[in-house]
Amino acid sequence: MRASSQVLRFADWTSPVPPVAREVLSAVPEPAGDQPPVLFVPGLGHGAWAFAEHWLGHTAARGFAAYSVSPRADGSLRAYVHDVVQVAASLPRQAVLLGHGAGALVVAHALARYPARAAVLASPVPEGWSALGAALRTNPFGTLPALFGAAPRLSRRQLFGAGQAAAAAHHARLVPTPARVYRQVLFATPPAAPVGDPPVLVVGSPDDRVVPRKALDRTAARHGGAPLLFPGMAHDLMLDESWPEPIDAILDWLTKELAA
Amino acid sequence: MPDTPDIADRHDAVCVIGAGGSGLAAIKNLREQGFAVDCYERETSVGGAWNWRHDRSPVYASTHLISSRPLTEFPDFPMPDDWPDYPHHSKLLSYLERYAQHFGLGDSIWFGTEVVAVSPVGDGRWDVTTRSTGGGAERVQRYAAVVVANGHNWFPKPLPVDTAKYRGQVIHASAYKDPAQLRGRKVLVVGGGNTGCDIAVEAAQQASTVWHSTRRGYWYAPKYVFGRPADQVNDKMLQLRLPLRLRQWIFRRTLRLTVGDLTRYGLPAPDHRPYESHPVVNSQLVYYLGHGRITPVPDVTRLEGTVVELADGRRVEPDLVITATGYLPRFEFLAPELLDIDADGKPDLHLHAFARKHPTLAVIGLVQADAGLFPLAHWQSVAVARWLRLRLSDPVRAAAVQQRESARPLRSWTRLRVVPSSRHWFEVSHTHYLRTLEDLLHQMEPA
Repeated sequence: MRASSQVLRFADWTSPVPPVAREVLSAVPEPAGDQPPVLFVPGLGHGAWAFAEHWLGHTAARGFAAYSVSPRADGSLRAYVHDVVQVAASLPRQAVLLGHGAGALVVAHALARYPARAAVLASPVPEGWSALGAALRTNPFGTLPALFGAAPRLSRRQLFGAGQAAAAAHHARLVPTPARVYRQVLFATPPAAPVGDPPVLVVGSPDDRVVPRKALDRTAARHGGAPLLFPGMAHDLMLDESWPEPIDAILDWLTKELAA
Repeated sequence: MPDTPDIADRHDAVCVIGAGGSGLAAIKNLREQGFAVDCYERETSVGGAWNWRHDRSPVYASTHLISSRPLTEFPDFPMPDDWPDYPHHSKLLSYLERYAQHFGLGDSIWFGTEVVAVSPVGDGRWDVTTRSTGGGAERVQRYAAVVVANGHNWFPKPLPVDTAKYRGQVIHASAYKDPAQLRGRKVLVVGGGNTGCDIAVEAAQQASTVWHSTRRGYWYAPKYVFGRPADQVNDKMLQLRLPLRLRQWIFRRTLRLTVGDLTRYGLPAPDHRPYESHPVVNSQLVYYLGHGRITPVPDVTRLEGTVVELADGRRVEPDLVITATGYLPRFEFLAPELLDIDADGKPDLHLHAFARKHPTLAVIGLVQADAGLFPLAHWQSVAVARWLRLRLSDPVRAAAVQQRESARPLRSWTRLRVVPSSRHWFEVSHTHYLRTLEDLLHQMEPA
């Protein structure tokens, strides 16, 4: 099935997404270098804070201006994509988009709307039903209601490593997302091809309890590559004990791609 | 032995003429397709018509958009969503400046450089002669393709009436910049287009007496209907694929229920149906007619001494005549036959963009639509960039696309019925036109 027209955008022309005050957190290197800015997009339940913990500062320390945007309250897939494109276009330079979890799906849709300099899909939640099996195995009680149209509840075990000290605190910060939004994000028409042909990197963990290994391979193959894997890490790579490894690998890849 | 490299040969690079909205879109989309681009801009900054500092900018102090923001922005670089529905021209300029900065387009632009001549050298390549805007030596460089984006709103169309014997002041709308020019004077505004109506309204707020001369009756669309910007409501009807007749009926009905019969104010009844001419969008004209601040008058027939004679025999004595007669496209650096320009100065281009006999020559932004220009200029330049890329990567498929395009009926992308006026020949419906461009883009999609 072909995605709806990219040229005739009646939805945007006739009922534009209403503006909101967006929460954007940032860490900017001093002095500002030549590298493009990186915009981090969190998944459902998370906010911009999830990246502000470690990754924003680390990214800035490596010379990239780093921003993250929270999903708007009472949002929809369309509104999330709109917000990502709005924030990206407000940055002084063509931005790199990095989406995590369901945020990777939002980024995939945003790439059809905004010619990103590059894109990173971290622990990308696959579209459709395939995310459900893994979720049922690790968190049957939280996921079962989702089969009957209610919102799933994400458990601590799904997102964070067993020995993670701050896991309880992080888990307490998650906000519940309506079932409607889960349905929209997971069962949307697949995104159109990215505009401007940006390089895309997929990173994840074989021990992720939300995203199965096979789904990682599939997502990476769609973008013509293989996933970069970090064994032993939990779904929330950016909040894991060994958070520096993936972000360093991502920034190394980015540096190489930008030089090419 | 290889030839000595000729520094003037830019090999596969593409030359873009002009760094206004259309030129910027062309640079960005050509670079996205991997082309090196040299853009020549006669001014020292970007923005073209929207940059009020430019000699050729037609904007005046209070110019605002007449199409609403979502229908005006570049599809891949939206305007901030907290901007008003109809932003001021200074916002448009800052938007274009940010677009250029965001995509690093400045690296490809040679400011203060004007193009003197563009001539084909065979093999699809072009010699482009440039010189510094201030004068100085000319320089010739060779390009693989030329994309013209020199704008079409800068060369005033003359008033078809002799003004030699007139002793009052006559200025073209392009020379109108500030309401102070109108304050306390008796002003005659000639022209019923969007600019003419805007200036008549400003005159109604500033001048002591205002006459507004129009040749025919128009449908004056309000900027808002049913609580939404009018063009967004119109696009809802297009999205629902309501037939033209029904849309025309709704248009008439809405006007009848809101502003009522315009002939009551002395305006001529429109001689065409709604949607058959470029939309004139102005909510305030009718308001000031109703307050008696604007006196509608017919066509101007003679200017002599201090008197302006009108088609109905009336004589008025204005201090200032502002002619909002519109503009003519001009390509003084190109031989007319390259764009198949006819005796009236109208080029004949495939999709108003591709030169028919020269596959490496294109014009961006030479359309007038019932929506903003930037989305059209964007998709035009995407199509031109993909076309130039396809010619290099897959000449066989490119030839097939060209074959198919040459058979595309004119009526599929041009407006069927428009009123006969020199202003309307490059008028398109944005939905029809974009559908056609999308079809062309699908044909050229990477296999």
